[in-house]
Amino acid sequence: MKKLINTVEDVVKESLEGMAAAHADLIAVHYDPDFVVRADAPIAGKVGIISGGGSGHEPMHGGFVGKGMLDAACPGAIFTSPVPDQMLEATKAVNGGAGVLHIVKNYTGDVMNFELAAELAQAEGIEVAAVIVNDDVAVKDSTWTAGRRGVGTTVLMEKIVGAAAEGGANLAECTRIATKVNDHGRSMGMALTSCIVPANGKPTFDLGENEMEIGVGIHGEPGRTRMELKSAREIVEIMAEAILTDLPFASGDNVLAFVNGMGGTPLIELYIVYNELAKICAAKGITIARHLIGDYITSLEMAGASITLLKLDDELTRLWDAPVHTPALRWGA
Amino acid sequence: MLITAGHIIRFLERVAYTMHTQREELTQLDANIGDADHGTNLDRGFAAVVSKLPTVADKDVGTILKTTGMTLISTVGGASGPLYGTAFIRAAGVLAGVETVNPEQLVAALEAALEGVQTRGKAQRGEKTMIDAIAPGVDVLKAAQGTDEPFLAVAERALAAVEAGMQATIPMLATKGRASYLGERSIGFQDPGATSSFYIAQALFAMLQEAVAQAEVVS
Repeated sequence: MKKLINTVEDVVKESLEGMAAAHADLIAVHYDPDFVVRADAPIAGKVGIISGGGSGHEPMHGGFVGKGMLDAACPGAIFTSPVPDQMLEATKAVNGGAGVLHIVKNYTGDVMNFELAAELAQAEGIEVAAVIVNDDVAVKDSTWTAGRRGVGTTVLMEKIVGAAAEGGANLAECTRIATKVNDHGRSMGMALTSCIVPANGKPTFDLGENEMEIGVGIHGEPGRTRMELKSAREIVEIMAEAILTDLPFASGDNVLAFVNGMGGTPLIELYIVYNELAKICAAKGITIARHLIGDYITSLEMAGASITLLKLDDELTRLWDAPVHTPALRWGA
Repeated sequence: MLITAGHIIRFLERVAYTMHTQREELTQLDANIGDADHGTNLDRGFAAVVSKLPTVADKDVGTILKTTGMTLISTVGGASGPLYGTAFIRAAGVLAGVETVNPEQLVAALEAALEGVQTRGKAQRGEKTMIDAIAPGVDVLKAAQGTDEPFLAVAERALAAVEAGMQATIPMLATKGRASYLGERSIGFQDPGATSSFYIAQALFAMLQEAVAQAEVVS
Protein backbone atom coordinates (compact mmCIF):
# COMPACT_ATOMS: atom_id res chain seq x y z
CA MET A 1 0.00 0.00 0.00
CA LYS A 2 1.33 3.41 -1.00
CA LYS A 3 -0.57 6.28 0.59
CA LEU A 4 0.25 9.84 1.49
CA ILE A 5 -0.55 9.44 5.18
CA ASN A 6 1.16 9.49 8.55
CA THR A 7 -0.46 6.61 10.38
CA VAL A 8 -3.41 4.47 9.37
CA GLU A 9 -5.20 5.21 12.65
CA ASP A 10 -5.05 8.99 12.19
CA VAL A 11 -6.22 9.31 8.57
CA VAL A 12 -9.72 10.63 9.28
CA LYS A 13 -8.74 12.84 12.22
CA GLU A 14 -5.76 14.47 10.50
CA SER A 15 -7.77 15.13 7.38
CA LEU A 16 -10.44 16.85 9.49
CA GLU A 17 -7.73 18.90 11.19
CA GLY A 18 -6.52 19.97 7.75
CA MET A 19 -10.00 21.03 6.73
CA ALA A 20 -10.40 23.01 9.93
CA ALA A 21 -7.05 24.71 9.36
CA ALA A 22 -7.89 25.57 5.75
CA HIS A 23 -11.49 26.69 6.08
CA ALA A 24 -11.83 28.31 9.50
CA ASP A 25 -13.95 31.06 7.91
CA LEU A 26 -16.60 28.52 6.85
CA ILE A 27 -16.49 25.57 9.21
CA ALA A 28 -15.44 24.34 12.61
CA VAL A 29 -14.56 20.76 13.45
CA HIS A 30 -15.75 19.18 16.66
CA TYR A 31 -13.90 16.09 17.90
CA ASP A 32 -15.10 13.15 19.98
CA PRO A 33 -17.71 12.83 18.74
CA ASP A 34 -16.48 14.00 15.34
CA PHE A 35 -18.51 16.36 13.22
CA VAL A 36 -17.94 19.28 10.86
CA VAL A 37 -20.24 22.22 11.55
CA ARG A 38 -20.90 25.60 10.00
CA ALA A 39 -18.83 28.26 11.70
CA ASP A 40 -21.98 30.34 12.31
CA ALA A 41 -24.19 27.51 13.65
CA PRO A 42 -26.79 27.40 15.03
CA ILE A 43 -28.74 29.89 12.96
CA ALA A 44 -31.90 30.96 14.76
CA GLY A 45 -35.08 30.06 12.91
CA LYS A 46 -33.32 28.11 10.13
CA VAL A 47 -33.87 24.39 9.58
CA GLY A 48 -30.59 22.57 10.22
CA ILE A 49 -29.48 20.23 7.43
CA ILE A 50 -27.23 17.35 8.44
CA SER A 51 -25.70 14.50 6.53
CA GLY A 52 -23.03 11.98 7.25
CA GLY A 53 -21.56 8.68 6.28
CA GLY A 54 -18.32 6.82 6.09
CA SER A 55 -15.17 8.76 5.28
CA GLY A 56 -13.34 8.12 2.02
CA HIS A 57 -15.89 9.95 -0.17
CA GLU A 58 -14.34 13.41 0.10
CA PRO A 59 -15.33 16.10 -0.49
CA MET A 60 -18.70 14.58 0.53
CA HIS A 61 -19.93 15.35 3.18
CA GLY A 62 -17.62 17.65 5.15
CA GLY A 63 -16.69 19.66 2.08
CA PHE A 64 -20.33 20.61 1.63
CA VAL A 65 -20.76 22.28 5.00
CA GLY A 66 -21.27 26.02 4.74
CA LYS A 67 -23.64 28.71 3.57
CA GLY A 68 -26.45 27.38 1.38
CA MET A 69 -25.68 23.70 1.86
CA LEU A 70 -25.11 21.54 4.97
CA ASP A 71 -25.09 22.81 8.54
CA ALA A 72 -23.15 19.78 9.74
CA ALA A 73 -21.58 16.58 8.47
CA CYS A 74 -20.74 13.47 10.49
CA PRO A 75 -17.77 11.48 9.19
CA GLY A 76 -17.44 7.84 10.20
CA ALA A 77 -14.33 5.72 9.88
CA ILE A 78 -13.43 5.03 6.25
CA PHE A 79 -16.43 3.40 4.54
CA THR A 80 -18.09 2.88 7.93
CA SER A 81 -21.21 4.75 8.94
CA PRO A 82 -20.83 7.28 11.74
CA VAL A 83 -22.20 6.41 15.19
CA PRO A 84 -25.35 7.92 16.74
CA ASP A 85 -23.38 10.06 19.22
CA GLN A 86 -22.03 12.07 16.28
CA MET A 87 -25.42 12.78 14.70
CA LEU A 88 -26.97 13.53 18.08
CA GLU A 89 -24.33 16.12 19.01
CA ALA A 90 -24.37 17.60 15.49
CA THR A 91 -28.16 17.84 15.61
CA LYS A 92 -27.97 19.73 18.89
CA ALA A 93 -25.21 21.99 17.54
CA VAL A 94 -27.23 23.10 14.48
CA ASN A 95 -30.69 23.23 16.02
CA GLY A 96 -31.86 26.80 15.57
CA GLY A 97 -35.35 26.01 16.83
CA ALA A 98 -36.84 25.16 13.42
CA GLY A 99 -35.98 21.47 13.47
CA VAL A 100 -33.28 19.41 11.81
CA LEU A 101 -33.35 17.36 8.60
CA HIS A 102 -31.13 14.28 8.32
CA ILE A 103 -30.05 13.35 4.79
CA VAL A 104 -29.24 9.64 4.93
CA LYS A 105 -27.80 7.50 2.17
CA ASN A 106 -29.55 4.15 1.99
CA TYR A 107 -27.03 1.79 3.54
CA THR A 108 -28.09 -0.54 6.31
CA GLY A 109 -25.58 0.88 8.80
CA ASP A 110 -26.18 4.53 7.97
CA VAL A 111 -29.95 4.11 8.26
CA MET A 112 -29.74 2.35 11.64
CA ASN A 113 -27.27 4.80 13.16
CA PHE A 114 -29.24 7.85 11.97
CA GLU A 115 -32.47 6.27 13.26
CA LEU A 116 -30.94 5.79 16.70
CA ALA A 117 -29.66 9.39 16.69
CA ALA A 118 -33.05 10.76 15.62
CA GLU A 119 -34.76 8.86 18.44
CA LEU A 120 -32.29 10.29 20.95
CA ALA A 121 -32.60 13.86 19.59
CA GLN A 122 -36.40 13.68 19.64
CA ALA A 123 -36.21 12.47 23.24
CA GLU A 124 -34.33 15.71 23.93
CA GLY A 125 -37.10 17.74 22.36
CA ILE A 126 -35.59 18.48 18.93
CA GLU A 127 -37.83 18.01 15.92
CA VAL A 128 -36.02 15.71 13.47
CA ALA A 129 -37.06 14.52 10.02
CA ALA A 130 -35.08 12.19 7.78
CA VAL A 131 -34.92 11.65 4.04
CA ILE A 132 -33.31 8.53 2.60
CA VAL A 133 -31.39 8.83 -0.67
CA ASN A 134 -31.69 5.71 -2.85
CA ASP A 135 -30.87 6.61 -6.44
CA ASP A 136 -28.53 3.85 -7.64
CA VAL A 137 -30.22 2.09 -10.56
CA ALA A 138 -27.57 -0.66 -10.47
CA VAL A 139 -29.35 -2.18 -7.50
CA LYS A 140 -32.72 -3.77 -7.92
CA ASP A 141 -35.21 -2.06 -5.65
CA SER A 142 -37.00 -5.06 -4.29
CA THR A 143 -37.58 -7.04 -1.15
CA TRP A 144 -34.56 -9.08 -2.25
CA THR A 145 -32.05 -6.33 -1.53
CA ALA A 146 -31.44 -3.72 1.15
CA GLY A 147 -32.86 -1.34 -1.46
CA ARG A 148 -31.08 1.01 -3.78
CA ARG A 149 -27.93 2.69 -2.53
CA GLY A 150 -27.63 6.42 -2.07
CA VAL A 151 -24.98 7.80 -4.42
CA GLY A 152 -24.64 10.87 -6.67
CA THR A 153 -28.06 12.37 -6.03
CA THR A 154 -26.96 12.90 -2.43
CA VAL A 155 -24.68 15.77 -3.49
CA LEU A 156 -27.45 17.41 -5.50
CA MET A 157 -29.94 16.99 -2.65
CA GLU A 158 -27.57 18.56 -0.14
CA LYS A 159 -27.11 21.60 -2.40
CA ILE A 160 -30.78 22.02 -3.27
CA VAL A 161 -32.22 21.44 0.20
CA GLY A 162 -29.45 23.56 1.70
CA ALA A 163 -30.58 26.42 -0.51
CA ALA A 164 -34.20 25.91 0.52
CA ALA A 165 -33.30 26.00 4.21
CA GLU A 166 -31.11 29.07 3.68
CA GLY A 167 -34.11 30.73 2.03
CA GLY A 168 -36.29 30.12 5.05
CA ALA A 169 -38.18 26.93 4.11
CA ASN A 170 -39.59 25.13 7.13
CA LEU A 171 -38.86 21.49 8.03
CA ALA A 172 -41.86 20.11 6.15
CA GLU A 173 -40.91 22.11 3.04
CA CYS A 174 -37.28 20.98 3.24
CA THR A 175 -38.43 17.38 3.58
CA ARG A 176 -40.77 17.74 0.59
CA ILE A 177 -38.03 19.22 -1.59
CA ALA A 178 -35.48 16.60 -0.52
CA THR A 179 -37.97 13.86 -1.35
CA LYS A 180 -38.61 15.43 -4.75
CA VAL A 181 -34.88 15.48 -5.52
CA ASN A 182 -34.62 11.81 -4.59
CA ASP A 183 -37.67 10.94 -6.70
CA HIS A 184 -36.25 12.79 -9.72
CA GLY A 185 -32.60 11.65 -9.48
CA ARG A 186 -31.02 8.47 -10.83
CA SER A 187 -27.38 7.34 -10.84
CA MET A 188 -25.05 4.58 -11.91
CA GLY A 189 -21.34 4.04 -11.36
CA MET A 190 -18.51 2.03 -12.85
CA ALA A 191 -14.95 1.26 -11.78
CA LEU A 192 -11.69 0.63 -13.60
CA THR A 193 -9.87 -0.21 -10.38
CA SER A 194 -10.68 -1.08 -6.80
CA CYS A 195 -9.48 1.06 -3.92
CA ILE A 196 -7.40 0.40 -0.83
CA VAL A 197 -8.94 1.00 2.60
CA PRO A 198 -5.94 2.16 4.67
CA ALA A 199 -6.76 -0.17 7.58
CA ASN A 200 -6.72 -3.15 5.21
CA GLY A 201 -3.71 -2.26 3.12
CA LYS A 202 -4.81 -4.10 0.01
CA PRO A 203 -7.44 -3.59 -2.71
CA THR A 204 -10.98 -4.53 -1.70
CA PHE A 205 -11.38 -6.44 -4.95
CA ASP A 206 -9.15 -7.30 -7.89
CA LEU A 207 -9.87 -6.23 -11.43
CA GLY A 208 -7.89 -7.62 -14.32
CA GLU A 209 -6.06 -5.35 -16.75
CA ASN A 210 -8.91 -5.61 -19.27
CA GLU A 211 -11.82 -5.72 -16.85
CA MET A 212 -14.23 -3.19 -15.42
CA GLU A 213 -16.93 -3.35 -12.80
CA ILE A 214 -20.33 -1.95 -13.81
CA GLY A 215 -22.83 -0.85 -11.20
CA VAL A 216 -20.14 -0.40 -8.59
CA GLY A 217 -20.96 1.26 -5.27
CA ILE A 218 -18.98 3.95 -3.50
CA HIS A 219 -17.36 1.74 -0.87
CA GLY A 220 -15.03 -0.28 -3.04
CA GLU A 221 -17.65 -2.98 -2.92
CA PRO A 222 -17.94 -5.00 -6.10
CA GLY A 223 -20.73 -4.08 -8.51
CA ARG A 224 -23.34 -6.14 -10.28
CA THR A 225 -21.38 -7.34 -13.28
CA ARG A 226 -17.79 -7.54 -14.34
CA MET A 227 -17.10 -7.22 -18.02
CA GLU A 228 -14.36 -6.63 -20.51
CA LEU A 229 -13.26 -3.02 -20.70
CA LYS A 230 -14.99 -1.08 -23.46
CA SER A 231 -14.66 2.37 -25.01
CA ALA A 232 -15.97 5.39 -23.10
CA ARG A 233 -18.75 5.65 -25.68
CA GLU A 234 -19.95 2.09 -25.05
CA ILE A 235 -19.62 2.41 -21.27
CA VAL A 236 -21.61 5.65 -21.16
CA GLU A 237 -24.24 4.08 -23.40
CA ILE A 238 -24.68 1.22 -20.91
CA MET A 239 -24.91 3.59 -17.93
CA ALA A 240 -27.13 6.18 -19.64
CA GLU A 241 -29.50 3.50 -20.89
CA ALA A 242 -29.94 2.13 -17.36
CA ILE A 243 -30.54 5.61 -15.95
CA LEU A 244 -32.77 7.01 -18.69
CA THR A 245 -35.12 4.04 -18.82
CA ASP A 246 -35.47 3.86 -15.05
CA LEU A 247 -37.17 7.15 -14.17
CA PRO A 248 -37.94 7.24 -17.12
CA PHE A 249 -36.54 10.45 -18.57
CA ALA A 250 -38.39 11.62 -21.66
CA SER A 251 -37.97 13.93 -24.62
CA GLY A 252 -38.56 17.51 -23.53
CA ASP A 253 -37.15 17.00 -20.03
CA ASN A 254 -34.67 19.44 -18.56
CA VAL A 255 -31.99 17.70 -16.53
CA LEU A 256 -28.99 18.39 -14.36
CA ALA A 257 -26.19 16.11 -15.59
CA PHE A 258 -23.64 15.20 -12.94
CA VAL A 259 -20.51 13.38 -14.11
CA ASN A 260 -18.60 12.37 -11.01
CA GLY A 261 -15.07 11.07 -10.66
CA MET A 262 -14.47 8.26 -8.14
CA GLY A 263 -11.19 9.77 -6.93
CA GLY A 264 -8.62 8.33 -9.34
CA THR A 265 -10.02 9.48 -12.68
CA PRO A 266 -8.41 12.39 -14.49
CA LEU A 267 -10.68 15.27 -15.48
CA ILE A 268 -9.74 14.74 -19.12
CA GLU A 269 -11.60 11.40 -18.97
CA LEU A 270 -14.60 12.88 -17.12
CA TYR A 271 -15.08 15.35 -19.97
CA ILE A 272 -15.00 12.44 -22.46
CA VAL A 273 -17.78 10.85 -20.39
CA TYR A 274 -19.71 14.13 -20.35
CA ASN A 275 -19.31 14.48 -24.11
CA GLU A 276 -20.81 11.04 -24.73
CA LEU A 277 -23.60 11.71 -22.24
CA ALA A 278 -24.43 15.06 -23.86
CA LYS A 279 -24.70 13.38 -27.29
CA ILE A 280 -27.03 10.68 -25.93
CA CYS A 281 -29.24 13.24 -24.18
CA ALA A 282 -29.40 15.43 -27.30
CA ALA A 283 -30.41 12.44 -29.43
CA LYS A 284 -33.25 11.71 -26.99
CA GLY A 285 -34.48 15.31 -26.92
CA ILE A 286 -33.37 15.78 -23.31
CA THR A 287 -31.89 19.18 -22.49
CA ILE A 288 -28.95 19.35 -20.11
CA ALA A 289 -29.92 22.61 -18.41
CA ARG A 290 -27.29 22.41 -15.66
CA HIS A 291 -24.22 20.27 -15.12
CA LEU A 292 -21.63 19.39 -12.52
CA ILE A 293 -18.37 17.69 -13.48
CA GLY A 294 -15.61 16.64 -11.11
CA ASP A 295 -14.78 14.59 -8.00
CA TYR A 296 -17.59 15.16 -5.49
CA ILE A 297 -18.50 11.71 -4.16
CA THR A 298 -15.44 9.51 -4.32
CA SER A 299 -14.20 6.09 -3.25
CA LEU A 300 -10.67 6.92 -2.12
CA GLU A 301 -8.33 6.41 -5.12
CA MET A 302 -10.73 4.30 -7.19
CA ALA A 303 -10.58 5.00 -10.92
CA GLY A 304 -14.03 5.19 -12.40
CA ALA A 305 -16.99 7.47 -12.74
CA SER A 306 -20.64 7.76 -11.98
CA ILE A 307 -23.39 9.53 -13.87
CA THR A 308 -26.36 11.14 -12.16
CA LEU A 309 -29.28 12.70 -13.97
CA LEU A 310 -31.74 14.86 -12.05
CA LYS A 311 -34.96 15.92 -13.74
CA LEU A 312 -35.32 19.64 -13.13
CA ASP A 313 -38.36 21.84 -12.68
CA ASP A 314 -38.39 25.58 -11.97
CA GLU A 315 -38.17 25.10 -8.22
CA LEU A 316 -35.19 22.72 -8.32
CA THR A 317 -33.41 24.86 -10.93
CA ARG A 318 -33.83 28.01 -8.84
CA LEU A 319 -32.54 26.26 -5.72
CA TRP A 320 -29.59 24.76 -7.63
CA ASP A 321 -28.64 28.24 -8.87
CA ALA A 322 -28.91 29.84 -5.42
CA PRO A 323 -25.66 30.99 -3.80
CA VAL A 324 -23.50 28.40 -2.07
CA HIS A 325 -20.24 28.80 -0.22
CA THR A 326 -18.62 25.64 1.11
CA PRO A 327 -15.06 24.28 0.93
CA ALA A 328 -15.90 22.15 -2.13
CA LEU A 329 -18.76 23.94 -3.89
CA ARG A 330 -19.04 27.67 -4.34
CA TRP A 331 -20.92 30.04 -6.60
CA GLY A 332 -22.88 33.26 -6.26
CA ALA A 333 -21.46 33.92 -2.80
CA MET B 1 -24.42 -23.49 37.93
CA LEU B 2 -24.56 -19.74 38.26
CA ILE B 3 -22.94 -17.10 36.08
CA THR B 4 -21.48 -14.16 37.94
CA ALA B 5 -20.43 -10.70 36.85
CA GLY B 6 -16.85 -11.98 36.87
CA HIS B 7 -17.77 -14.67 34.31
CA ILE B 8 -19.46 -12.07 32.11
CA ILE B 9 -16.39 -9.83 32.26
CA ARG B 10 -14.13 -12.67 31.20
CA PHE B 11 -16.60 -13.54 28.43
CA LEU B 12 -16.35 -9.99 27.08
CA GLU B 13 -12.56 -10.06 27.33
CA ARG B 14 -12.55 -13.34 25.39
CA VAL B 15 -14.77 -11.82 22.70
CA ALA B 16 -12.45 -8.81 22.42
CA TYR B 17 -9.41 -11.09 22.15
CA THR B 18 -11.07 -13.17 19.44
CA MET B 19 -12.20 -10.13 17.46
CA HIS B 20 -8.63 -8.86 17.61
CA THR B 21 -7.03 -12.12 16.51
CA GLN B 22 -9.70 -12.82 13.85
CA ARG B 23 -9.83 -9.22 12.66
CA GLU B 24 -8.14 -9.93 9.31
CA GLU B 25 -10.28 -12.98 8.64
CA LEU B 26 -13.54 -11.12 9.35
CA THR B 27 -12.45 -8.19 7.23
CA GLN B 28 -11.52 -10.51 4.35
CA LEU B 29 -14.93 -12.22 4.55
CA ASP B 30 -16.48 -8.74 4.40
CA ALA B 31 -14.26 -7.77 1.45
CA ASN B 32 -15.72 -10.71 -0.49
CA ILE B 33 -19.31 -9.52 -0.32
CA GLY B 34 -19.33 -6.21 1.56
CA ASP B 35 -17.06 -3.29 2.28
CA ALA B 36 -14.10 -4.78 4.11
CA ASP B 37 -14.52 -3.26 7.56
CA HIS B 38 -16.23 -5.85 9.76
CA GLY B 39 -13.11 -7.09 11.58
CA THR B 40 -11.69 -3.59 12.00
CA ASN B 41 -14.96 -2.27 13.39
CA LEU B 42 -15.58 -5.10 15.88
CA ASP B 43 -11.97 -5.06 17.05
CA ARG B 44 -12.28 -1.32 17.74
CA GLY B 45 -15.67 -1.73 19.45
CA PHE B 46 -14.84 -4.62 21.76
CA ALA B 47 -11.48 -3.05 22.65
CA ALA B 48 -13.50 0.00 23.77
CA VAL B 49 -15.79 -2.32 25.78
CA VAL B 50 -12.81 -3.89 27.56
CA SER B 51 -11.46 -0.45 28.44
CA LYS B 52 -14.84 0.39 30.03
CA LEU B 53 -15.11 -2.85 32.03
CA PRO B 54 -13.14 -1.66 35.10
CA THR B 55 -15.79 1.05 35.67
CA VAL B 56 -18.61 -1.54 35.89
CA ALA B 57 -16.81 -4.63 37.23
CA ASP B 58 -18.54 -4.33 40.62
CA LYS B 59 -22.00 -3.79 39.09
CA ASP B 60 -24.79 -6.28 38.31
CA VAL B 61 -24.80 -8.31 35.11
CA GLY B 62 -27.49 -6.12 33.52
CA THR B 63 -25.42 -2.98 34.00
CA ILE B 64 -22.32 -4.61 32.52
CA LEU B 65 -24.22 -5.77 29.45
CA LYS B 66 -25.98 -2.43 29.01
CA THR B 67 -22.66 -0.60 29.15
CA THR B 68 -21.32 -3.07 26.59
CA GLY B 69 -24.23 -2.39 24.23
CA MET B 70 -24.01 1.38 24.56
CA THR B 71 -20.25 1.28 23.98
CA LEU B 72 -20.65 -0.86 20.86
CA ILE B 73 -23.27 1.53 19.44
CA SER B 74 -20.93 4.47 20.12
CA THR B 75 -17.76 2.96 18.70
CA VAL B 76 -18.42 0.30 16.04
CA GLY B 77 -20.44 2.14 13.41
CA GLY B 78 -21.68 0.33 10.32
CA ALA B 79 -24.62 -1.99 10.73
CA SER B 80 -22.92 -4.29 13.21
CA GLY B 81 -22.65 -1.52 15.85
CA PRO B 82 -26.41 -0.92 16.19
CA LEU B 83 -27.13 -4.65 15.77
CA TYR B 84 -24.74 -6.04 18.38
CA GLY B 85 -25.35 -2.99 20.56
CA THR B 86 -29.10 -3.62 20.49
CA ALA B 87 -28.51 -7.33 21.23
CA PHE B 88 -26.53 -6.56 24.39
CA ILE B 89 -28.97 -3.86 25.52
CA ARG B 90 -31.95 -6.20 25.09
CA ALA B 91 -30.14 -8.95 27.01
CA ALA B 92 -29.36 -6.35 29.69
CA GLY B 93 -33.07 -5.58 29.91
CA VAL B 94 -33.81 -9.19 30.83
CA LEU B 95 -30.95 -9.28 33.35
CA ALA B 96 -31.42 -5.83 34.90
CA GLY B 97 -30.34 -5.86 38.54
CA VAL B 98 -29.38 -9.54 38.36
CA GLU B 99 -26.22 -10.51 40.29
CA THR B 100 -26.00 -14.17 39.25
CA VAL B 101 -27.56 -15.64 36.12
CA ASN B 102 -29.10 -19.11 35.97
CA PRO B 103 -29.53 -21.07 32.72
CA GLU B 104 -33.20 -20.08 32.30
CA GLN B 105 -32.32 -16.40 32.61
CA LEU B 106 -29.43 -16.81 30.16
CA VAL B 107 -31.71 -18.39 27.57
CA ALA B 108 -34.29 -15.63 28.05
CA ALA B 109 -31.56 -13.00 27.59
CA LEU B 110 -30.28 -14.64 24.40
CA GLU B 111 -33.83 -14.87 23.07
CA ALA B 112 -34.31 -11.14 23.73
CA ALA B 113 -30.98 -10.40 22.06
CA LEU B 114 -32.05 -12.30 18.93
CA GLU B 115 -35.37 -10.46 18.84
CA GLY B 116 -33.51 -7.17 19.16
CA VAL B 117 -31.30 -7.98 16.16
CA GLN B 118 -34.32 -9.01 14.10
CA THR B 119 -36.22 -5.83 14.97
CA ARG B 120 -33.30 -3.44 14.43
CA GLY B 121 -32.18 -5.14 11.22
CA LYS B 122 -35.70 -5.86 9.91
CA ALA B 123 -34.31 -9.24 8.91
CA GLN B 124 -35.46 -12.83 9.21
CA ARG B 125 -33.76 -16.19 8.85
CA GLY B 126 -32.43 -17.19 5.46
CA GLU B 127 -31.24 -13.72 4.42
CA LYS B 128 -27.51 -14.42 4.92
CA THR B 129 -27.05 -12.44 8.13
CA MET B 130 -25.95 -12.98 11.73
CA ILE B 131 -29.51 -14.14 12.44
CA ASP B 132 -28.79 -17.34 10.52
CA ALA B 133 -26.11 -18.21 13.06
CA ILE B 134 -27.79 -16.96 16.24
CA ALA B 135 -31.32 -18.28 15.71
CA PRO B 136 -30.48 -22.01 15.40
CA GLY B 137 -28.51 -21.79 18.66
CA VAL B 138 -31.40 -20.13 20.47
CA ASP B 139 -33.72 -22.82 19.04
CA VAL B 140 -31.62 -25.58 20.64
CA LEU B 141 -31.52 -23.80 24.01
CA LYS B 142 -35.28 -23.24 24.05
CA ALA B 143 -36.16 -26.76 22.92
CA ALA B 144 -34.10 -28.25 25.77
CA GLN B 145 -35.80 -26.21 28.48
CA GLY B 146 -37.60 -28.41 30.99
CA THR B 147 -35.59 -31.51 30.06
CA ASP B 148 -33.01 -33.03 32.38
CA GLU B 149 -30.14 -32.79 29.88
CA PRO B 150 -27.19 -31.05 31.59
CA PHE B 151 -27.08 -27.41 30.51
CA LEU B 152 -23.46 -27.62 29.35
CA ALA B 153 -24.40 -30.46 27.00
CA VAL B 154 -27.30 -28.41 25.66
CA ALA B 155 -24.99 -25.44 25.20
CA GLU B 156 -22.50 -27.58 23.30
CA ARG B 157 -25.26 -28.63 20.91
CA ALA B 158 -26.35 -24.99 20.61
CA LEU B 159 -22.80 -23.96 19.70
CA ALA B 160 -22.72 -26.67 17.03
CA ALA B 161 -26.02 -25.32 15.69
CA VAL B 162 -24.57 -21.81 15.54
CA GLU B 163 -21.55 -23.12 13.64
CA ALA B 164 -23.76 -25.05 11.24
CA GLY B 165 -25.92 -21.94 10.80
CA MET B 166 -22.83 -19.89 10.01
CA GLN B 167 -21.71 -22.42 7.40
CA ALA B 168 -25.22 -22.56 5.97
CA THR B 169 -24.88 -18.89 4.97
CA ILE B 170 -22.33 -19.88 2.29
CA PRO B 171 -24.85 -21.01 -0.36
CA MET B 172 -27.40 -18.36 0.64
CA LEU B 173 -28.40 -15.38 -1.49
CA ALA B 174 -27.98 -12.18 0.53
CA THR B 175 -31.15 -10.08 0.70
CA LYS B 176 -30.21 -7.74 3.54
CA GLY B 177 -27.23 -5.49 4.12
CA ARG B 178 -24.51 -4.50 1.74
CA ALA B 179 -24.01 -8.03 0.40
CA SER B 180 -27.51 -7.88 -1.11
CA TYR B 181 -26.23 -5.43 -3.74
CA LEU B 182 -24.28 -8.31 -5.27
CA GLY B 183 -27.38 -10.36 -5.98
CA GLU B 184 -26.39 -13.84 -7.18
CA ARG B 185 -22.73 -13.02 -6.70
CA SER B 186 -23.23 -13.10 -2.93
CA ILE B 187 -23.69 -16.88 -3.19
CA GLY B 188 -20.66 -18.96 -2.21
CA PHE B 189 -19.30 -16.72 0.54
CA GLN B 190 -19.73 -17.12 4.29
CA ASP B 191 -21.46 -14.16 5.91
CA PRO B 192 -19.06 -12.10 8.07
CA GLY B 193 -21.80 -11.18 10.57
CA ALA B 194 -22.73 -14.83 11.06
CA THR B 195 -19.04 -15.55 11.56
CA SER B 196 -18.56 -12.91 14.27
CA SER B 197 -21.73 -14.21 15.95
CA PHE B 198 -20.19 -17.69 16.01
CA TYR B 199 -17.09 -16.26 17.74
CA ILE B 200 -19.32 -14.65 20.37
CA ALA B 201 -21.14 -17.98 20.84
CA GLN B 202 -17.78 -19.72 21.28
CA ALA B 203 -16.86 -17.25 24.01
CA LEU B 204 -20.24 -17.79 25.66
CA PHE B 205 -19.65 -21.55 25.68
CA ALA B 206 -16.18 -21.07 27.16
CA MET B 207 -17.79 -18.96 29.89
CA LEU B 208 -20.29 -21.72 30.67
CA GLN B 209 -17.51 -24.33 30.82
CA GLU B 210 -15.69 -22.13 33.31
CA ALA B 211 -18.83 -21.55 35.40
CA VAL B 212 -19.63 -25.27 35.49
CA ALA B 213 -16.05 -26.23 36.36
CA GLN B 214 -16.04 -23.75 39.23
CA ALA B 215 -19.46 -24.98 40.46
CA GLU B 216 -18.08 -28.55 40.58
CA VAL B 217 -15.08 -27.44 42.61
CA VAL B 218 -17.36 -25.66 45.07
CA SER B 219 -19.79 -28.59 45.43
